[in-house]
Amino acid sequence: METLNYINNGQGLASWLLTKDHKRIALLYLASITFFFFLGGLFAFMIRVELLTPAGDVMTADTYNKMFTMHGVVMVFFFLIPSIPAVLGNFLIPIMIGAKDLAFPRINLLSWYIYVLGGLFTLTAALSGGVDTGWTFYTPYSTAAANSHVITAALGVFITGFSSILTGLNFIVTVHRMRAPGLTWFRLPLFVWAHYATSLIMILGTPVIAITVLLVAAERMLHMGIFDPALGGDPVLFQHLFWFYSHPAVYIMILPAMGVISEIVQAFSRKNIFGYSFIAFSSLAIAIIGFLVWGHHIFVAGQSVYAGMIFSFLSFVVAIPSAIKVFNWTATIYKGSVRLDSPMLYAFGFLGLFTIGGLTGLFLAAMGLDIHMHDTYFVVAHFHYIMVGGAIMGYLGGLHYWWPKITGRLYPEGWAKFAALMVFVGFNLTFFPQFVAGYLGMPRRYHAYPDEFQVLNVASTLGASVLSVGYVLPMVYFLWSIFAGEKSPADPWGAKGLEWETPSPPPTENFYVTPIVTHGTHQYAPSKEVGIV
Amino acid sequence: MFTNFPFFPEQASAQAAQVDGIYFFMVAITAFFSLLIAALVVLFAIKYRRRHKDEVGAAIHGSLALELLWTVIPFMITMVMFAWGVKVFYEMYRPPAGAMEVYVVGKQWMWKAQHMDGLREINELHVPIGRPVKLIMGSEDVLHSFYIPAFRVKADVIPGRYNVLWFTATKPGRYHLFCAEYCGTNHSGMIGWVYAMEPTEFQAWLGGGTASDTPAAAGEKLFQSQGCVACHRQGAALQGPLLTSVFGSTVTLQSGATVVADEAYIRESIVNPQAKIVAGFQPIMPTFQGLVTEEQLLQLIAYVKSLSTPGGSGGHGAAPPPGKN
Amino acid sequence: MSKGRAQADEYYPGPVHQPPVHIAGTHVEHTHGHHPKLQHHFDTMAQQIEASTLGMWVFLVTEIMFFGGLFMCYLVYRTASPEGFAEASHHLNVTWGAVNTIVLIVSSLTMALGVRAAQTSAPPKTQVAWIVATMALGAAFLGVKAIEYTDKFTHHLVPGPYFKWEGKHPAAAEMFYSLYFCMTGLHALHMVIGLGIMMVIGIMAWRRQFDADYYTPVEVSGLYWHFVDIVWIFLFPLLYLIGGHFTE
Repeated sequence: METLNYINNGQGLASWLLTKDHKRIALLYLASITFFFFLGGLFAFMIRVELLTPAGDVMTADTYNKMFTMHGVVMVFFFLIPSIPAVLGNFLIPIMIGAKDLAFPRINLLSWYIYVLGGLFTLTAALSGGVDTGWTFYTPYSTAAANSHVITAALGVFITGFSSILTGLNFIVTVHRMRAPGLTWFRLPLFVWAHYATSLIMILGTPVIAITVLLVAAERMLHMGIFDPALGGDPVLFQHLFWFYSHPAVYIMILPAMGVISEIVQAFSRKNIFGYSFIAFSSLAIAIIGFLVWGHHIFVAGQSVYAGMIFSFLSFVVAIPSAIKVFNWTATIYKGSVRLDSPMLYAFGFLGLFTIGGLTGLFLAAMGLDIHMHDTYFVVAHFHYIMVGGAIMGYLGGLHYWWPKITGRLYPEGWAKFAALMVFVGFNLTFFPQFVAGYLGMPRRYHAYPDEFQVLNVASTLGASVLSVGYVLPMVYFLWSIFAGEKSPADPWGAKGLEWETPSPPPTENFYVTPIVTHGTHQYAPSKEVGIV
Repeated sequence: MFTNFPFFPEQASAQAAQVDGIYFFMVAITAFFSLLIAALVVLFAIKYRRRHKDEVGAAIHGSLALELLWTVIPFMITMVMFAWGVKVFYEMYRPPAGAMEVYVVGKQWMWKAQHMDGLREINELHVPIGRPVKLIMGSEDVLHSFYIPAFRVKADVIPGRYNVLWFTATKPGRYHLFCAEYCGTNHSGMIGWVYAMEPTEFQAWLGGGTASDTPAAAGEKLFQSQGCVACHRQGAALQGPLLTSVFGSTVTLQSGATVVADEAYIRESIVNPQAKIVAGFQPIMPTFQGLVTEEQLLQLIAYVKSLSTPGGSGGHGAAPPPGKN
Repeated sequence: MSKGRAQADEYYPGPVHQPPVHIAGTHVEHTHGHHPKLQHHFDTMAQQIEASTLGMWVFLVTEIMFFGGLFMCYLVYRTASPEGFAEASHHLNVTWGAVNTIVLIVSSLTMALGVRAAQTSAPPKTQVAWIVATMALGAAFLGVKAIEYTDKFTHHLVPGPYFKWEGKHPAAAEMFYSLYFCMTGLHALHMVIGLGIMMVIGIMAWRRQFDADYYTPVEVSGLYWHFVDIVWIFLFPLLYLIGGHFTE
């Protein structure tokens, strides 16, 4: 007789599609997000194939423009923004705080359906010919000149935004009201702090992009001229509205990954985090300051130089909390008891690549330098270092770390280490040459390019091939592990945290008895020896 | 192939070396900190590797001293970067007086340049070295961006307004010109060449081409053919402000506010005349939006500029001195 | 936030709800010692009520940001063309706008009284009456808006290819009316949703589901309704009262 857990408690499609269990909803998200990840990856593959040669000879310019647009739209809105919060956040936050579910389970399910609906709109746009405005939808091209399915794509983004808003709302209320007895704010796992900060951004920022894309759709459909220069409209106003959300959005993408890294680094050093409150407050600082820097995307468009200076200054300031975190994570490993299991390999990769990605952002924050680098491959390399080298490494690391808890199975560690290595090598080979190409002047979104950039592009495409293998492998062995993997105990890693005190996989109500928390999370050493360096 | 691999474009303008200066500083900082973190992480992973199954790490919670150290030092470094970036930007964004002006219009998918003496170029720009060149740029349709990597300059080109970009070329040669703001199908085809030439060669080039009307002359023709002269002249039945000496002067508006009559003001006066009415005049000028192209607007502006006597501007735009008009 | 280490904190005022251990294949009944409306992932009604209320407040913050984007556009364009906006605004009928403002303020009053009725366990008929009154006023608001929109259509004031403006600032007027329709349209959409919510609440009230122990749905619906009202309080002066309609 098998113990009842959330997976076998209720069978049949209806019990999954109408579930209120946050763990099942997390798996629904996992399936759909994985689909969109590979769709976005397919578009990336097409881009890199075209860029093997300087001439635009694999596809027409219009098709290429659609490839990079849809790569961006799918990856940003349908993969990166939901990924860690909707999969790992949904699954773990109630368990980490000793609750039975999120505050609003039905809204949680609704958020998944909204995500799917938005995804269907975007898929429709893709399948009926694509959209070619760039994921940034800049006007007046998107409202007046583009000859593609802008409205459908814009509506897809609009709809999916509500999924993000509802997730953030759910997390905020959950963390405020559903903590177990004794679980004060400063005993919360840093994963929860990270998601709380992320949720603040989700609820404050997403509505602005919602109204912005709605206005783009309205302008295109009804010929209202809000951003149309011929009617006195201002195309740069669109940029301000767009980036007011889309800059904080990048912090939605990275903060959860930072939360994952905090957890992994502690677990695989068997040591509690160095500088807990500094990391917790840094998450909040990033969320707040992140709302004040959007103008650094507009330095070259003729924004007032004094406004530019303020944005530049704040863009440098927002890097400091991230730097604090990197130093704290590194200090956590010092005098730890370190094991290089695959989650830790991903965390290490994150530490190096996020550092490079974050520091290259500073290049772009320096106004005089941004003039040269804006809209070149340097920018492309910078944000891929953060979003792929940072956020996706965090996502994969977290998936590996919590896979035994989620599925009750162990994955093959040898293959996982190999895949992590492929990802790290492939990633660097793909994106480092793009820094060089960018400084040399290669603009982004170019279908064809001058010959002198070819070597760098070939290297990049080669790297992308290696990287894609690194991404496919986990799909394969994770699936395999579900059916044939070794069964996992409650705590396969010897880690601390409420999630490791309940069976793998957990029962539907998470805990048989509501836990009562008496001390801070993640204390490994006996409390007698607590000391300050 | 790899022995001579460039990591940065040629430095072909006076600003290029300044921009590269910040760049190299930041590359050094990035390399230092990335290698530092990587080295520490690898070092700790080896030195503190788990030696037996139940080993745990030391109970260290934090250190205020370290936190302050790695907050303050990065902050100081970033402030240096910020200040340096502002300094370079400030010097790059304000064109010096007396710069050689060229009008540029971007449209899907080509760059059209017009020199003041009438020479026009498409997807090419010839400039002399050693002299500041100021580009006054507009767009016919969507956003574009004028980018010369070798000069380290770039400015977006936005429909409905003018942006200015300036540089001083220092090295003769041929340099890439790219459109750097996605603008549709042939965005990657909207490229060309900038030719920086010795002054004497540049003069020779200017003389050798088939010059069409100078922008100012073309503008004067438009001033007649579009009917501007009907109101903007002495003794007109429906009197509009006289335009002699108006360019560069400070104009007082009906609302009491004042505005400097620059290129943007002249352009707005033509396409949206009701936006700013000069004090003492009636709001009866019709709009010419859609009746003149961006290029023609630049020509009209050149004509109005040519009406300002050099060094004599500053007079009230509406005062009608006896004159050419 | 930070309490003594071993004490339960304030968010846990009641006994632990112990779920029974489930054995596969059997169904265990357990008696409910709690309010029938308590959802099982909450420990107490107090927790559930606080969570619901906080959730609605967070949602309203998102609505502020949603409308905020439009208000930003309005701010930018009005600053660019103050006279144009004033001229365009003069065509709006201040009387209708004022009527709508009064209608909504009164509807907020009836809504608040409806919440109070539920809160004091008033008879269902009373509760339903206040909700129906609120709905009637909301419908009246939408009726007036319909009249105004029809007027705009007939006078060629809908932005787009058929827009016609006789005054001095046609471009600014078209911008004004683009914003007018977007802002009041979005607001009207929220009113329609509000009416739908009121319908649901009204039916629940008629089915005797609300009393002093449980009236959260009425309360959070009230919060939503008040928010939609407040948005109008901003829209009215910004759209209808530019340039002082009463001095000319």
